[in-house]
Amino acid sequence: MSAPPITRGLLGTGHPSLGAHLAAHGPLPTHGDPVLAAAGLTGRGGAGFPTARKLASVRDAARAARTPAVVVGNGGEGEPAAAKDATLLARSPHLVLDVLALAARAVGADTVVLAAGHHQLAGLDRALAERGDRGRVRLVGLADRFLAGEETALVAAVEGGPPLPRGKNPPVWQRGVQGRPTLVQNVETLARLALLARGESAAGHTLVTRHGHTVDVAEVPLGARLGDVLTVDAGVQAVLVGGYHGSWLPAHVAAGATLDRDGLAVHGAALGAGVLAALPADRCGLRESATVVGYLAAQSAGQCGPCLNGLPRIAAALDRLARPGPPPAGLLDDVARWSGLVVGRGACSHPDGSVRFVASALRVFAPELAAHAAGWCTASSSARPFLPVPAVTR
Amino acid sequence: MTALTDGAFLWYLNRATGLVSLLLMTATVVLGVAVQRQVRLPGLPRFGVVGLHRNVSLVSAVLLVVHVVSAVVDSYVSIGWLDTVVPFVSGYEPFWVGLGTLAVDLTALVVVTSLLRGRLPARVWRGVHWTSYALWPLAFLHGLGAGTDLGSGWVLAGALACAAAVAVASTVAATGRLRSRPPLERAPAALAAVSAGPSPAPFRNR
Amino acid sequence: MSDRLRVDPIGCQGHGVCAELLPEAIALDEGGYPLLAAGALPDDLRRPARRAVAACPARALHLDRAADSGRSAGRQTPPGVLTGNAQGGLAQ
Repeated sequence: MSAPPITRGLLGTGHPSLGAHLAAHGPLPTHGDPVLAAAGLTGRGGAGFPTARKLASVRDAARAARTPAVVVGNGGEGEPAAAKDATLLARSPHLVLDVLALAARAVGADTVVLAAGHHQLAGLDRALAERGDRGRVRLVGLADRFLAGEETALVAAVEGGPPLPRGKNPPVWQRGVQGRPTLVQNVETLARLALLARGESAAGHTLVTRHGHTVDVAEVPLGARLGDVLTVDAGVQAVLVGGYHGSWLPAHVAAGATLDRDGLAVHGAALGAGVLAALPADRCGLRESATVVGYLAAQSAGQCGPCLNGLPRIAAALDRLARPGPPPAGLLDDVARWSGLVVGRGACSHPDGSVRFVASALRVFAPELAAHAAGWCTASSSARPFLPVPAVTR
Repeated sequence: MTALTDGAFLWYLNRATGLVSLLLMTATVVLGVAVQRQVRLPGLPRFGVVGLHRNVSLVSAVLLVVHVVSAVVDSYVSIGWLDTVVPFVSGYEPFWVGLGTLAVDLTALVVVTSLLRGRLPARVWRGVHWTSYALWPLAFLHGLGAGTDLGSGWVLAGALACAAAVAVASTVAATGRLRSRPPLERAPAALAAVSAGPSPAPFRNR
Repeated sequence: MSDRLRVDPIGCQGHGVCAELLPEAIALDEGGYPLLAAGALPDDLRRPARRAVAACPARALHLDRAADSGRSAGRQTPPGVLTGNAQGGLAQ
């Protein structure tokens, strides 16, 4: 049985009201430099970029361009298997709202935006009303798409357009919303900064979404042993770490891995969106992965030729490999070739992340591949899918 | 009175350069659509189609300059230097000549923005280039109204053939554009195509 | 001081003109989209590279003056090499 996760305050209050927030955390200090407070904090949106450096970049870019900056809180959790940002916004919105104004002052921004799924806006609006901040923070509802939280796609959505990535040059901290230096920060990172600004330690923990017998969101210390955070027993065959752009790890490897950048990098994995999913032994890892890759392929923004050509073909191949029966000759080689042809050739990291997921699946579920080639599937459960994948609508 | 300023010579020069320029404009439009739709012309590499489009348009522009200068220098018709850029103010046939002036203005704009393409925002270049579709009708109507040749016989037949070519090319360009999907719909369509049959043709991101 | 070619992946529509004009540094993949040779552009290719940049109908090819070498611009991988693990960790 895994040890209960330590709750450090991000999810602790449970009640989203301003009163409960102030009772639990006290008021936000008005003095102090957020850039200093952010020392040691890295982003929780997947990239893990040092927050202090990002704040400073935006601030300096805004000064150099002599234009006010823009702050965007990124609650666009496009990852279907992740619920940490949504849970945080529902339970502790005021931690996030605390820091939006603080960050705006720190980088010299005159525009503050909080972007989240449409279903969350009502609760956020109530929280804003409680603080009297309705006119100061603009709420933007995001489409339910995988790439909705991608930095440049988010900027596009904030500007009122479709959530299409725009490429990494120029970076959003230089030219973002309306061409102005823009700070795009994940809401969990913002909430942690709210605790750090109060002198509490928060940089050493992270939120994860755990998929096992149940699905929940927990706050765990960085560096914890994965097996202590997620049940990885004999009934688990593999663990998906990070999300749908993450990597599968075999169960025995996953159990001993430590939940931090280096501890996971050693195994070719990363925290990513904070998803930890323990695939039961009675499922077919290839079928689960194929469903995910089909979703990822459909969620391509369709702007770049290599991604548009590669991902659908890879998805179709995975679908074929997920069915028992000998696959067409050379299909695995085709997948390897198509994968090599999409890495680094898109405007965002969607193809790269998807191919990382595919490669890890083919690696970890190699025994399943062999079984399928011989005509049978090891899965004994034809139960509903384990990993949550939205139906392909458009 | 030299041969160059002889009225008859200038008039023939004006007519000839006008007609050839119109012909080359036709070729330019057709070639431009070929580039846009990635159509291969037999025997030509792709950079050949691109280069031909550019060079033909430049030759057409040079001939246009000769056409305009010969009209101004020719004292038989009252067209002055101002009329080369300001439309509808000439003494001779102001409306029809004015259409030609508009075509000249547009040509200058398209050529200059294309030469400076690397230094201009992409939107600016693209917007100006779209106006080049208006060039051909303006030039043709100008020729019909202000000129003497287009109205009859063979020259008319040739001009109508050119009109047909431009119409077909423009239609191809327009339908191609209408048929292109918005970005977010392309990937699901590609997925459907791949599931329907093995190795479909490459998918286009436009 | 080195020059690097860069493709704007959103603007590129796979015309393929660049690969015709600069076959030493640009190849086309099976979908018709450009693959750039890794590393800095050799000096003797600078002029044909500029011609290729000017000839691209979509203006999607760029020649960057990179002051420092070894940036991530050379992340085009040759076809057939699976580099699914973009995090740089050890592939198992």
